[in-house]
Amino acid sequence: MKLIKPAAILLVLVILASLVAGGRLSPGILGTWVAALLTLAIFSFLYKDNRIYKLAEHLFIGVSAGYSVSLEYWNVFRPNLWDPLVRGLHHVTMAHVFSLGGFSVHLPYFPGMLLLFPFALGLLLFARFSARLAWLSRWSIAAMVGSYAGLAMIGALQGDLVAQVRANMIPLVAAGSLGGIRASGNADDLIFAFLRLIQNPLIIFGLISTLVYFFFSREHKGSLGVVSRIGVWFLMISFGASFGYTVMSRVSLLIGRLHFLMSDWLRVIP
Amino acid sequence: MAEKAKGDLLVRLSRIDRRILFLIIFVCVAVPLLTGAKMKMSITQPVKGLYDAIDGLQPGSYVWLAADYDPGSMPELYPMNIVLLDHLFARNIKIISASLWAPGPPMAQRAFDAVAPKYGKQYGIDYVNLGFKEGREAVMLSAAEDLRRTFPRDFFNTPWESVPMLQDIRSLRDAKMIVSVSAGYPGVKEWIQQVGTRYGMRIGGGVTAVTAPEMYPYIQSGQLTGLLSGMKGAAEYEQLIARPGLGIAGMVAQSCVHIMVVVFIIFANVVYLIEKTRK
Repeated sequence: MKLIKPAAILLVLVILASLVAGGRLSPGILGTWVAALLTLAIFSFLYKDNRIYKLAEHLFIGVSAGYSVSLEYWNVFRPNLWDPLVRGLHHVTMAHVFSLGGFSVHLPYFPGMLLLFPFALGLLLFARFSARLAWLSRWSIAAMVGSYAGLAMIGALQGDLVAQVRANMIPLVAAGSLGGIRASGNADDLIFAFLRLIQNPLIIFGLISTLVYFFFSREHKGSLGVVSRIGVWFLMISFGASFGYTVMSRVSLLIGRLHFLMSDWLRVIP
Repeated sequence: MAEKAKGDLLVRLSRIDRRILFLIIFVCVAVPLLTGAKMKMSITQPVKGLYDAIDGLQPGSYVWLAADYDPGSMPELYPMNIVLLDHLFARNIKIISASLWAPGPPMAQRAFDAVAPKYGKQYGIDYVNLGFKEGREAVMLSAAEDLRRTFPRDFFNTPWESVPMLQDIRSLRDAKMIVSVSAGYPGVKEWIQQVGTRYGMRIGGGVTAVTAPEMYPYIQSGQLTGLLSGMKGAAEYEQLIARPGLGIAGMVAQSCVHIMVVVFIIFANVVYLIEKTRK
């Protein structure tokens, strides 16, 4: 009884595969139908949790994991490590290392031999599967954390800290902004000129008050408390803007899916 | 009495089944899409900045187009990829595309296949897809030093020597500009930090709306030439180059949902205040 469902699914898959192989069903149409039905399966969660949704969810996780492993294998492991190592092993020579007291020390050498180090570090990561040997994986993790921390730190210092501090050293009144107000011909121009006039003071005051909010060495009382509260307002406004953008982003995803269903699947819109 | 009943109705409405709200949102999206309604938008400065930067490039120069996204962010970023290709090809600019996200290259190729034939552009001569490379920031730096060593083969496994347009290229720095269409890390921010600031290259970006607020400080500091934020950014750019596409098609739906969300928020706050006053 337990085997009926998997057998039925397998039968459907075999039928579909044979239809595609026989040219009776185009892979494009099949792909669109599969994508559309899976989209509807995911949408069904909006009504309530159900088995169809769970099936789609599991399929997504499985396919994503399989796709990632396959991509990493063919795009990273093979061209960057395995293939150069195998090519190099066809050209192994004995290289002279040093001579000592008439003895000449030779060691095997092949092009790309240095790749053995990342290969070994990669293998050490699998030591995590054993509780006794798990500590070995720390070497690989240390190498990764160290190199990426170094790269990120330089980037953050050069690209963020220095550049952003410099960008905030601005005059309180931007050059020409007062003249802009006088020269504005209509209401729209006047609004933009006014916004330009208050832009720099807003940036400077927003920066200072927000920094004061994160200054914890003194209790936020008196004038420090007032400025810190204004800093909180600036933070709240920025969180509001972020929330607005998040809503926009999620709605875009819904629009994308509905557009796919109506255009590619149902073909009710061009 | 009537006032109390009115208050009760509001409270009952505030406890409405969430599925009805989903249905309202569905209608707000589906109806504008079905009717094909369009709207005109005002162009924001970050979008104009990117447009002007691309428009000012010499025909025949190279642009690095990083497709750093995956199918999950396709509704927002694919329209940007399309509209940027439209503008770049129309300006006769050569495009080198690569990705630091594994699912990125097929997305980029799909966009190339959709746009390049309209302008009679040929693969390997006018544009190339170098595919995916693992290594994030390390790849950026490596490509800025020696592009051939970083990407010895393209997305189709063609060796570097067999791609005509790559023969004049030594490093990423030969490109006049980098435009990263990115859904997160690694993306626009890392391009600015690792390549833009270090090598003084111009960076333009297209990002999901979720990550857009993070990018505005870079516009203010001048580290980012221009920015497309979410579907609206793509729609504005489509309007600028007068090629309506997926961005503009979704804008009325987007606005309808935004209005509805604002209505929901105001309604919930009114009910909250009524309940608070009663207590």
